Amino acid sequence: MSSIAANVAKDLDRRLVLATQGGLPLVARPYHALAEQLNVPVDQVLARLAAMLASGVIRRIGAVPNHYAIGYTANGMSVWDVPDERIDELGARIGALDFVTHCYHRPRKLPAWTYTLFAMVHGGSREEVLLKVAEIATLLGADCRAHDVLFSTKILKKTGLRIGA
Amino acid sequence: MSWVTLMDDIDRAIIDRLQGDFPICERPYAEAAVALGIDEDDLLARLQHLLDRRVLTRFGPMFQIERMGGAFVLAAMCVPEADWDGVVDTVNAFPEVAHNYRRESQQAGALTEFNMWFVLATETPAGIAEAVKKIEVASGLPVYPFPKLKEYFVEMKLAVRA
Repeated sequence: MSSIAANVAKDLDRRLVLATQGGLPLVARPYHALAEQLNVPVDQVLARLAAMLASGVIRRIGAVPNHYAIGYTANGMSVWDVPDERIDELGARIGALDFVTHCYHRPRKLPAWTYTLFAMVHGGSREEVLLKVAEIATLLGADCRAHDVLFSTKILKKTGLRIGA
Repeated sequence: MSWVTLMDDIDRAIIDRLQGDFPICERPYAEAAVALGIDEDDLLARLQHLLDRRVLTRFGPMFQIERMGGAFVLAAMCVPEADWDGVVDTVNAFPEVAHNYRRESQQAGALTEFNMWFVLATETPAGIAEAVKKIEVASGLPVYPFPKLKEYFVEMKLAVRA
């Protein structure tokens, strides 16, 4: 792609993010509606969305449930203090557990916050989440020096990405 | 409160099977509806209804802004109980705050009281530091960013629990 074409695509991509970050139009031809709104041919809208999906700029297209509303009333952010030199191996193993939805290495905030491995666990009750967290603790064994689970008690905001026009 | 009991099998199927792979084509709802055994109008009406009841928070593309040069960063604050409501309003008013949760530690007497956890989403990495600063000024409280050093796994598709 020439640099001019690349810049045009980048500009359209940004306008597509702005136009769809709140959701896709709920009409029979949503991509046509977007094309009309952005004043570009529909083929370009379809092509750019497909390219963004292929490159990972769009993770996926579909329904984003409120996890409380679909029965996941307990959501625990489990945090673990593990040896730095072991974290990549441990993170890969914990991330592979089917009940872990997000798993990251994050920095410590010393002195109080020593945890570096973050694993989000969802369940129908705190007891269920705590059982799963216990499984993680077993898996980590002696590599777990300290841990905590921070349950969410309220969703204060959940709008997702909102970049400005 | 859970809406699970008010959903029928088709609503459940929509939520379970339409969290990804929504087609990019002329009539995507019609195509998705066929796979669910319903028609286009029914799917559109049900999606609207699920959005209206806030069972779905959105229907559309999920963006990975980092792939476009932007940034997502988790951040936390220790908010005194007396100031809670005001700080919630202050923090949530920033468009850079994509979502925000109140969380409580399970450890009695935990050394930290990080009770507010939110995700900042900005178009540039520099935007994160700016947003942190703005929130600190507006709230009068320190904001602690927890940037990811490594991502081991992310897959937020959850099936409706029966």
